[in-house]
Amino acid sequence: MVEPKYPTGGEKLIQCLEREGVEYVFGLPGGAAIPIFDALVDSKINLILTRHEQGATHMADGYARSSGKPGVVLVTSGPGATNTVTGLLTAHMDSAPLVVICGQQILPQLGKDAFQEADVTGITYSVVKHSYLVKDADDLPQTVREAFHIATTGRPGPVLIDVPKDVSQGPCPAPFTDVLDLPGYSVPTRAEPEQLVEAARLLSEAKRPLLYVGHGAVISGAAKAITTLAEKLRAPVVTTLLGKGAVDETHPLHLGMLGMHGTAYANKAVVACDLIMSIGARWDDRITGRVADFCTEAVKIHVDIDPAEFNKVIKPDLCVLGDARLVAEDLIPQIEMADTKDWLKQCDRWRRQYPLKYPKQGGLRAQHVLDRLDSVTQGNAYITTDVGQHQMWAAQFCRTRSARHWLSSGGAGTMGYGFPAAIGAQVAHPDEKVWAVVGDGGFQMTLSELATAQIHALPLKCLIINNNFLGMVRQWQELFFENRLSGVELKGNPDFVKLAQAYGVKGLRIRRPADVDRILQEAHDYNDGPCVVVAEVVQEDNVFPMIPAGATLGEMLIEPPKNRLEKPTGST
Amino acid sequence: MAAARPLEAAAVPLHTISLFVNNKPGVLVRVALVFSRRGFNIESLVVSPAAEGRFSRMTITCSGIAEDLEQVVKQLAKLVDVVHAIDHTGDESYEVEIALVKLECALNERTQILQIAEHYKSRVVDYGTDSMILQAYGSSEKLDAFIELLRPFQLKELVRSGKLLMARGVSVT
Repeated sequence: MVEPKYPTGGEKLIQCLEREGVEYVFGLPGGAAIPIFDALVDSKINLILTRHEQGATHMADGYARSSGKPGVVLVTSGPGATNTVTGLLTAHMDSAPLVVICGQQILPQLGKDAFQEADVTGITYSVVKHSYLVKDADDLPQTVREAFHIATTGRPGPVLIDVPKDVSQGPCPAPFTDVLDLPGYSVPTRAEPEQLVEAARLLSEAKRPLLYVGHGAVISGAAKAITTLAEKLRAPVVTTLLGKGAVDETHPLHLGMLGMHGTAYANKAVVACDLIMSIGARWDDRITGRVADFCTEAVKIHVDIDPAEFNKVIKPDLCVLGDARLVAEDLIPQIEMADTKDWLKQCDRWRRQYPLKYPKQGGLRAQHVLDRLDSVTQGNAYITTDVGQHQMWAAQFCRTRSARHWLSSGGAGTMGYGFPAAIGAQVAHPDEKVWAVVGDGGFQMTLSELATAQIHALPLKCLIINNNFLGMVRQWQELFFENRLSGVELKGNPDFVKLAQAYGVKGLRIRRPADVDRILQEAHDYNDGPCVVVAEVVQEDNVFPMIPAGATLGEMLIEPPKNRLEKPTGST
Repeated sequence: MAAARPLEAAAVPLHTISLFVNNKPGVLVRVALVFSRRGFNIESLVVSPAAEGRFSRMTITCSGIAEDLEQVVKQLAKLVDVVHAIDHTGDESYEVEIALVKLECALNERTQILQIAEHYKSRVVDYGTDSMILQAYGSSEKLDAFIELLRPFQLKELVRSGKLLMARGVSVT
């Protein structure tokens, strides 16, 4: 009798990924992952070989956030796996669906300090939605199916699968399966009718309603429903950093981003509203400022798919458990047209009175460059950012017209996210324009991925806002620590144009305000591969408006303060 | 970051949480991390197989203010391996705990100890020339009182099972 030829665990794993519809994996091999990488040779799945595992996770994250499809990462054991931790945290905090597959030492070596062995499930417990250590190759099909289900449903998040090498190189006779054995996992969909009735009543009675829209709305595809809801209610809309694009920012009802560096008119609307409804946002400390004084007079409604977010930061008057899109759709027929004419007039007065602005003199300003980027891209580009001043300026000036076109590390605030995330977005959308807006600090954390972008001839554009400082920290030190600068000056920055050229990447430089439009347009139109644009901006500029940490929204600084400020006592 | 609220056992009430979880490696760590991340100290923890072997029961007592505990319970329930999590504080439930107490005492010191033991329906389970072990069971509060009475003697070791709890009637534990 001939022994039946079974696929190896690695082959089965890759076949399972194919069955999930995976087209790309982002990763870097190593000894413990060789059997899995070997199976990729015969697969139609494309490998995007990265230069560092952190880059792979952010690429998968950018791929996932821009497309709605799960991003898949494949790395080796030990340091390969630990290099994904920052990417896992980033995805976990911002609810991005990732499946991270790690090679692992062989089962008999686990816990024995063998070469490149690390307790990866143990290290990552707090930064994953769920994780698996596969001890039997026959568990692989169900594990992969469950991992994709968990990563992509409900409130999405990263799922890690740790695969020992003896599992990936041994035989796997188990068939494919669609069985999910997840008795502790359920996905909320439609809200309870009573909650919807109550929400509709509160909304219809409000004189000054405000919709506060977050990433959950983007994830659930609620853009159309929320726009219709806002139009029917005649209620203004504000979005969080990650909610950008949930409603077209050029819509007349849209007041822009709220919170620490939000627009003055958005924050004034938050202070003055008599009802605020959160849709897929979580009252983060960047939004509320001092919680005890946040919207004390307003009725608060919280719509969320994750019940653990209810009553976490604030005590809403009504919690509605459900998917953002379904809740918005169900509410539309139930609400009455409210008379909000005076309220909308007031919001427009604030919009005219306190517009976003920046000095037109005194050298090249980041705000000017980003304001023009908005004109050049017309909202048709995917824009990713890194973390810091440039991120806030981009959030203020680049108005996101449609969902999934704005990608930024919000919860984790991960420097080094923006550039690899743009690679992932470009992989997902090869024919679309993709811009990464990064600072000189964050870019240097993952710049080795220039090679990845170059090899795949990805036509993404990387705009480096170079002020030779870790600008946001410098801003805090200037405003709150008597300008005692500590660890913020980035002496030794390379010439970023030459650096790009060393990778074979096109490099452009903006030095003068007069060059901005021409060079941005040149980069935008360049399609033969990646392009790095370095904007050499004024060194010491600050982001305003600003709500100092731990202050109330009413204490927002619209312009640079005249007096010295107290050290903030609240959160970071 | 706001510092986690320090735990003051005397000032904050004790809560009992029951968990129905998958019987898999790592579940205990995932559960424990929810407590430790918020700075909660687990006072006692009992894990055992449920009626259906693929699930386990956990009974956890910890101190903390009710609002914070509500959040902890929701975060526990959110874990994929947790089927349900219930805070039984104030519920109608049956609770019991077992304690073993080792006392070092000469034979002539024992009359008083045995009187206390009898009052608490405690059994002597090991009777040596220089030491004895008492076994007591009952509510955790009853055991606390029993142990306090034994402290004036040479109390050498104390091992408690942790609280076991089951909801009364048809309510779910």
